[in-house]
Amino acid sequence: MKKFASLFLASTLLAGVLAGCGTTDDSSSSSSSSSSSTGDGGSSSSEVIKIGANLELSGGVASYGSSIGDGAVLAIEEINAAGGIDGRLLELIKVDNKSENSEATTAAIRLAEQEKVVAMLAPATSGNSVATVQIANQYKVPIVTGSGTAPNVTVNEDGSVNEYAFRTCFIDPFQGTVAANFAADELDVKNVAIFADNASDYAKGLAASFKETITGKGGNVVAEEAYVAKDTDFRSTLTRIKAANPDFIFIPGYYEEVGLIVKQARELGIDVPLMGADGWDSPTLVDLAGADALNNTYIINHYSSEDPDATIQEFVEAFKGKYNQAPNAFHALGYDSIYFIKDAIERADEVTGEAIQKALASTKDLSLITGTFTVDENHNPVKSATVLEFVDGKQVFNSKVNP
Amino acid sequence: MEWIQQLVNGISLGSIYALIALGYTMVYGIIKLINFAHGDVFMLGAFIGFYAIARWEMNFFLALIMAMMLCAVIGVIIERVAYKRLRSATRIAALITAIGVSLLIEYTVIFFRGSSPEAYPTVFAAKNFDIFGVQISTQSILILSVSIVLMVLLQFIVHQTKIGKAMRAVSHDADAAKLMGINVDNTISATFAIGSALAGAAGVIFGVYYTRIDPLMGVLPGLKAFVAAVLGGIGIIPGAMTGGLVLGVVETIVSALGYSLWRDAAAFVILILILILRPAGIFGKNTREKV
Repeated sequence: MKKFASLFLASTLLAGVLAGCGTTDDSSSSSSSSSSSTGDGGSSSSEVIKIGANLELSGGVASYGSSIGDGAVLAIEEINAAGGIDGRLLELIKVDNKSENSEATTAAIRLAEQEKVVAMLAPATSGNSVATVQIANQYKVPIVTGSGTAPNVTVNEDGSVNEYAFRTCFIDPFQGTVAANFAADELDVKNVAIFADNASDYAKGLAASFKETITGKGGNVVAEEAYVAKDTDFRSTLTRIKAANPDFIFIPGYYEEVGLIVKQARELGIDVPLMGADGWDSPTLVDLAGADALNNTYIINHYSSEDPDATIQEFVEAFKGKYNQAPNAFHALGYDSIYFIKDAIERADEVTGEAIQKALASTKDLSLITGTFTVDENHNPVKSATVLEFVDGKQVFNSKVNP
Repeated sequence: MEWIQQLVNGISLGSIYALIALGYTMVYGIIKLINFAHGDVFMLGAFIGFYAIARWEMNFFLALIMAMMLCAVIGVIIERVAYKRLRSATRIAALITAIGVSLLIEYTVIFFRGSSPEAYPTVFAAKNFDIFGVQISTQSILILSVSIVLMVLLQFIVHQTKIGKAMRAVSHDADAAKLMGINVDNTISATFAIGSALAGAAGVIFGVYYTRIDPLMGVLPGLKAFVAAVLGGIGIIPGAMTGGLVLGVVETIVSALGYSLWRDAAAFVILILILILRPAGIFGKNTREKV
């Protein structure tokens, strides 16, 4: 026993020493190279411009992160094929954050300190993105998240804006507003019910903004119910909602529960239109609910590959050519994030994090795949959302809704 | 009409709890072990049924029988490997082992197929009967009838067959039963086999009715079934059935009143109340323990 204890002690000591070495190494190299980079800031026009990508390439939400990465790679290839930015080629440096907050922070430090990137794609989820905001501010490297939709990525609790954080997706409350506008204006509904996931801030944010907008437009909220993620039996609450006689039900939540809710609602004879947001966007939803039950349901999404718009169709063709599949919203957002950064680099006075940050913050009317971007004072893009309708299990483009 | 619909919802949910609770109660009745791995046998049953229907293209009844048979085998293996050698150990040791077995099963399944959920294939065309405004689907009728048939079958086995007689004898007094020439080991194995087969059947029924299955799906229904068994009087078979149905209906009523977020809490409040007020359960006799 004693032997083990001493072995353990020795090994921890050794690890500590090694770790110490590592950090001193890092800091010395960083200080030396940072001075060198400021030295040759203006002279090296032939050098590549490094852009980091701090993405979920493995772990729980790997499908989101790798989709963003695929979209970004396509954008980089296109830009380089067209001659880069002022003759300088772009290089994308991908780092896997394993879908974990702490790994995301480490990856951001590595990209900023060792790779010397001038801007980086932040992780795909809001939680992981928030974990990198501090690093971005500290190293003055702007981060752009493709799909981190929670308001607190760019704006702190106290209302102050995170200088170096940006995003290319719209924020959660905006989706609730769009859904309410669509329900009131396009579907012409009066009495609505809300059935929200009570365990996620995402769903609660959507439900609150939906309610505010729909009542502002003269609609009545006849029922407001909640469920907890991982529930399987929604029949009793749905029966209650049915008794309130709504002509539209808004269901903000994720596909795992929503699939069951839609199925059980239809079984109970609820045939009014149902609507949700980007949390519904998964092929599993169709498996769970069944294609028939999903008819007469709508979702809001960032984009649709079936949008007839010419630039979108060009992007879809290019993507299919490279990856042999139709791009989803994450692919499009990853692609847009790179063009968003590229536009800012072109407008910036010099290729440094600070200059790019200023250019990103002043982006106006930039036309990209997922909409026309104008960055507002909270670093959120003001852009249009797409409404899709499920027809026999397929998402069909319905309309574009402007904010 | 809303309330009749809610009653239908509650009975459908309750019959699944009842099927799982039967296995709990049988095992407890015979070796005084709360088998926490029971909920995971239920999960395995759901997955066996899923693969039988989706991959091997069996029909519902074949899949149900296959899941029941494989779960019976799994139940016996769990008993022989994990619990048999602990029969004379303290009850807390057996309980901790049961929790260990439960976690082992859950994470073995996650290791092999990941933790993402799976959608059950549709085995019956969803058809609704509209009876005076109450929607009753063919699925819920089928689930209810399968549950009832299995429960009647279990009553028959326990009261009319030789193995049932042996089970009742062992549960009453294992040592005396041994003296009377009953093979106690085989009887306990048979109890595990029957209980696990019922859990497997509940798994398949759950999958057909609720569509979504995942490796951790057994945890909460397992706990609820435990509550149902205690509610009815642990160790008593009709008690488990009644307890399951009562629990399903109570949960539904709680949601129907608009407190859907309190539904799980309600189940555990029932557990606490029954333990305080009537620890022997609805069907239990208050017997004084011999000191």
